[in-house]
Amino acid sequence: MNKKKWLSTPYLVWMIAFTIIPLLLIGYYGFTGRDGSFTIENITAIFSPAHSKALLKSLYLSLLCTIVCLILAYPVALILKNKNVGQGGFVIMIFILPMWMNFLLRTYAWLNLLDDGGIIERFCESIGISYTSIIGTDIAIILGMVYNFLPFMILPLFNVLTKMDQHVINAASDLGANAFQTFTKVVLPLSLPGIVSGVTMVFVPSLTTFVISDLLGARKVMLIGNIIEQEFSIADNRHLGSGLSLVLMIFILASMALIHRYDKNGEGSSL
Amino acid sequence: MKLKRFFSQIYLTLIFIFLYAPIAVLIVFSFNSEKGSRFNHFSLRWYQELFQSEMILDALWNTLFIAVTSAFFATIIGLISCLGISALKGKPKAVYMSLNNIPMLNSELVTGLSLMLVFAAFGLTAGYPTILIAHITFNIPYVILSIMPRLLQTNKSTYEAAIDLGASPMYAFYKILLPELMPGIFSGFLLAFTMSLDDFIITYFTRGAGINTLSTLIYSEVRKGIKPTINALSTIMFVSVLLLLFFVNRPKKDSTKQ
Repeated sequence: MNKKKWLSTPYLVWMIAFTIIPLLLIGYYGFTGRDGSFTIENITAIFSPAHSKALLKSLYLSLLCTIVCLILAYPVALILKNKNVGQGGFVIMIFILPMWMNFLLRTYAWLNLLDDGGIIERFCESIGISYTSIIGTDIAIILGMVYNFLPFMILPLFNVLTKMDQHVINAASDLGANAFQTFTKVVLPLSLPGIVSGVTMVFVPSLTTFVISDLLGARKVMLIGNIIEQEFSIADNRHLGSGLSLVLMIFILASMALIHRYDKNGEGSSL
Repeated sequence: MKLKRFFSQIYLTLIFIFLYAPIAVLIVFSFNSEKGSRFNHFSLRWYQELFQSEMILDALWNTLFIAVTSAFFATIIGLISCLGISALKGKPKAVYMSLNNIPMLNSELVTGLSLMLVFAAFGLTAGYPTILIAHITFNIPYVILSIMPRLLQTNKSTYEAAIDLGASPMYAFYKILLPELMPGIFSGFLLAFTMSLDDFIITYFTRGAGINTLSTLIYSEVRKGIKPTINALSTIMFVSVLLLLFFVNRPKKDSTKQ
């Protein structure tokens, strides 16, 4: 088998060219000014009121989105596990299928539902409840995030729960634990790897999104993703954009380090 | 116990509605006779316009071409690297697997931006090649994560037995290992294809002027209000995938029963 080691080199070359060097380049641009001289201005720019406000808002909304996803997804995973639908592709398909309808289009559809004159407003009118459009508020952004990223929380949780040894759970109840104790003392701790990878897969994209806030924020909500995107696409300042990306990456790394302390095996369990 | 089952059924249904409501809205409005959020009457107008819109058909072709090509290359590179990585042990293997996780943890925003910078630095003009490279890059990790578990489950002795009995490594791989890995390869390809199909952010940063995928086309049309022609196209795509899954899953069920 040892002869096959060389087979891993093409990917190593690929990763160096298209993952490592690009990241180093972000570092290079982040620490240089437009004239090419070293500066930390692009990094400290995060402390300007507009930037730090956007970063705090992103952190707040993505944290809230992650918590909502976890609370919504855990019962789903538990119910599906108890239904004994098996590890099979069916459940996974249910949650992957929406992806075949374009992500932007699906998010845009919420506009049809939620906006002034939208379907929900007319429904509320017909049953006599007043409804004010939530488009442009934090609630709309969180809804968009939860809608898009919920499957990424459900799948790893479902995976870890179905792989769990049923004997351990039975043993707990045989030894006199009630349903609540079994859950908090056995099921929950054993499902930590699933929680860790679910949280990772929800928190990172929601922290860095700029599309959802673009579509559902009515341009009233500025997240750090929007600021970075605009530095590149409109302001054409890749130095400042890279600097802010570096700050964002530090936050991602720090939160990952924090979360992965709970993943004792260090394995996680993604798709 | 019955009550519990009742509530869990309701809960699942609600989550299901939450996930599929926008899709239902999109499908319903693809049959609307007018543009806008009020349903007038049933019409196939947008389906007719769809097949006359060169811009949308172009974007569809680009999207499918990029998804198939990038998934294909990602699957091949992923498969080869899986074989290589599984031969590694200890620290090098751990380094590999954490490198493999970088694109997944990095967020699409940073991956897209950093690739854009590197293409500019290498002097590659943005176009099909840059989009393809970008998509292959973010697809490989998904392929590896799909194939790796299967590879670890395979029985090494069968492969070694084939070699001992005089099979060349290539022949043994083709006859023994590949069939066993096939489900993983297939799901890796499908996952990569889906990810590529649904991607917006990375394409947005690495595409050249004049090349649109469905995602970037939709994004540029959001400001003006999206025409239901896109809904019509998405409905066709969604329904075809649904039918495809239905047919793919049917024979499988029969074979497991036997």
